[in-house]
Amino acid sequence: MSDRGDHQVSDQIAAVKLTAITKRFGSVVAVDNVDLEIADGEFFALLGPSGCGKTTTLRMVAGLEFPTEGSLKIFGDEAGTLPPNKRPVNTVFQDYALFPHMTVEANVAFGLKMQRVAKHEIAGRVQEAISLVRLEGLEQRRSQQLSGGQRQRVALARALVNRPKVLLLDEPLGALDLKLRQEMQGELKALQREVGITFVFVTHDQEEALTMADRIGVMNEGELLQVGTPAEIYEHPVNRFVANFIGQTNLLDASVVSNDTVCLANGVHIPGKSDLPVGTRVAVCLRPERAGMHPPEEVPADQQSVVGRLESVTYLGNALVYTVVLDWARLEVRRENQPGGYRPHVGEEVAVSWTLDAISVVRA
Amino acid sequence: MTMVADRPEGIEEAAVATPEFEKAAERAASRRGFLLSLPAYAYLVLFFAVPLGIVMIYSFATRNRFGGTDLSGWNLNAYRKLGEPIVRDILFRSLWLAILTTLICLVVAYPFAYFIATRTPLVRNLMLVFVMIPFWTNFLVRNYAWRVLLGNDGLFTNISEALGLGERELLFTTSAVVIGLVYGFLPFMVLPLYASIERIDLSLVEASRDLYASGFQTFRRVLLPLSMPGVIAGSILVFVPSLGAYVTPEILGGAKTTLLGSYIVTQFLTARNWPVGASLSFVLMSVMLVATLVYFRTGGRNL
Repeated sequence: MSDRGDHQVSDQIAAVKLTAITKRFGSVVAVDNVDLEIADGEFFALLGPSGCGKTTTLRMVAGLEFPTEGSLKIFGDEAGTLPPNKRPVNTVFQDYALFPHMTVEANVAFGLKMQRVAKHEIAGRVQEAISLVRLEGLEQRRSQQLSGGQRQRVALARALVNRPKVLLLDEPLGALDLKLRQEMQGELKALQREVGITFVFVTHDQEEALTMADRIGVMNEGELLQVGTPAEIYEHPVNRFVANFIGQTNLLDASVVSNDTVCLANGVHIPGKSDLPVGTRVAVCLRPERAGMHPPEEVPADQQSVVGRLESVTYLGNALVYTVVLDWARLEVRRENQPGGYRPHVGEEVAVSWTLDAISVVRA
Repeated sequence: MTMVADRPEGIEEAAVATPEFEKAAERAASRRGFLLSLPAYAYLVLFFAVPLGIVMIYSFATRNRFGGTDLSGWNLNAYRKLGEPIVRDILFRSLWLAILTTLICLVVAYPFAYFIATRTPLVRNLMLVFVMIPFWTNFLVRNYAWRVLLGNDGLFTNISEALGLGERELLFTTSAVVIGLVYGFLPFMVLPLYASIERIDLSLVEASRDLYASGFQTFRRVLLPLSMPGVIAGSILVFVPSLGAYVTPEILGGAKTTLLGSYIVTQFLTARNWPVGASLSFVLMSVMLVATLVYFRTGGRNL
């Protein structure tokens, strides 16, 4: 699974292919010149803060918005101007949008009825979809009589019963509480593997994206900033925004000195690989769990370090988070809560250290 | 309707709560509710229920030779008279016109109400004001205005002449009555339709389109069923006054097409047959009552 992103979109036709897609609402640019290919069978997440254009992008694939410019292909067929009922995609809406005047069964059967599928076939497929999402016995309920998790499943069944080529999910777990959300994350992932359909889902929750997706596209202010596997995005963010948005991170201001050296804001040169031009303002991205902590005079020879004063310790149970203050930066260091080891006290001088492969240099 | 319980009189001090205190407080609240609604009750009883009772009594009375009414010898003759062809024709004609008016209003108002309901709040409110503007002018005046528009040298005849359709006489025809009724009662259709469409989550429309429904199928399967309370409410609000309409048929319909309202008035004022007028009023009222009950049972409580 982990190398999914590497053999993406090579020989086969992309499930969804956006080329130079732009969407403007009046003078507001919601989606700005986005190029994106999503492979067949992929579980793809569009991740970004609210208003970043991710939902608009999804709605354009669904046909609920038409692009202002650009080409949108679904399995090789130009689809940008087709109405939603003429596209081989189905959507799981954010608040599920179940028809309140219909039973669970009628909701699930709706799409097939509209496609004029034969009656006996509808019955079979509806039953199949309902058991796929484990809602047997609730066929005659109405959506008002269902819990949030059950509604979610109905919405899934209602979309999947049509055997779409691409399933679009708009913040599918947003309305659920934490526990249920975590449960459904696993279930969605298993479901996707079972049906083998391309899933494209929109979320603002980075953890959800990391947990579920094969590949993630990070968006901000209408632009698609980076596309990659969760590991690529987490470990090699392209810029400060991505680094900050995905997971916790420390960002140290720096500038490029050569292709393997950067100069930190305090004037110290440290090793740091980048292919950016000399002089570019960058940030050194150091994840809290990848930072080490030592007494200032005991830093291992193969590690870089900065020295600061320990300002606070936050006890998380399974881990401890140390906040170290430098006169030009503030760093967080996360240590597993294991017996023994170095346990400095608040106010002490400590060295925050890292090995070369623990950091990445990103555009500021 | 629950009201915030007031402290019953006589207990001024803060004291330990007891079930007796709670009961007394509830009684005080319901007593206050009754007192507050008393003026409205009194008004309705005095000017609606009592006259209605009088009408009912008269419907069982006998018309005497001198055009007066004898409050004796109670009988059902007035109701039997309703079965006579003349009255029956008037009844059916009124019913037909009311149904026609309701259907036209429904067809005209639905797309309009949907349009309003899907605008931004500002535009929405503005358009609702436009719908209400005709009410600023007296109903009678507006009907006379239609008389001018539909009349011999009015706008409609001129247009019809200009189009080469010849001089079409609209005034004093059934069509004129329907035009007038639709005009007069259209807002009563638009408003409840708007209210119920406005409450529909528009993502349901998107979901329907996403699930391969065409625009028309989405209307048939999603919008229409979900706006049914508005359809029923609007239909009754148009049907009921259309059935008993007096002013519009009188002004635009002329003498050729007698409708229920005019007939009742004639019975009371010209024919001096109060029992027949009263019985017809009562039959009309019961039709409206049934319609109103249907309204409350099916969708009224959602509005």
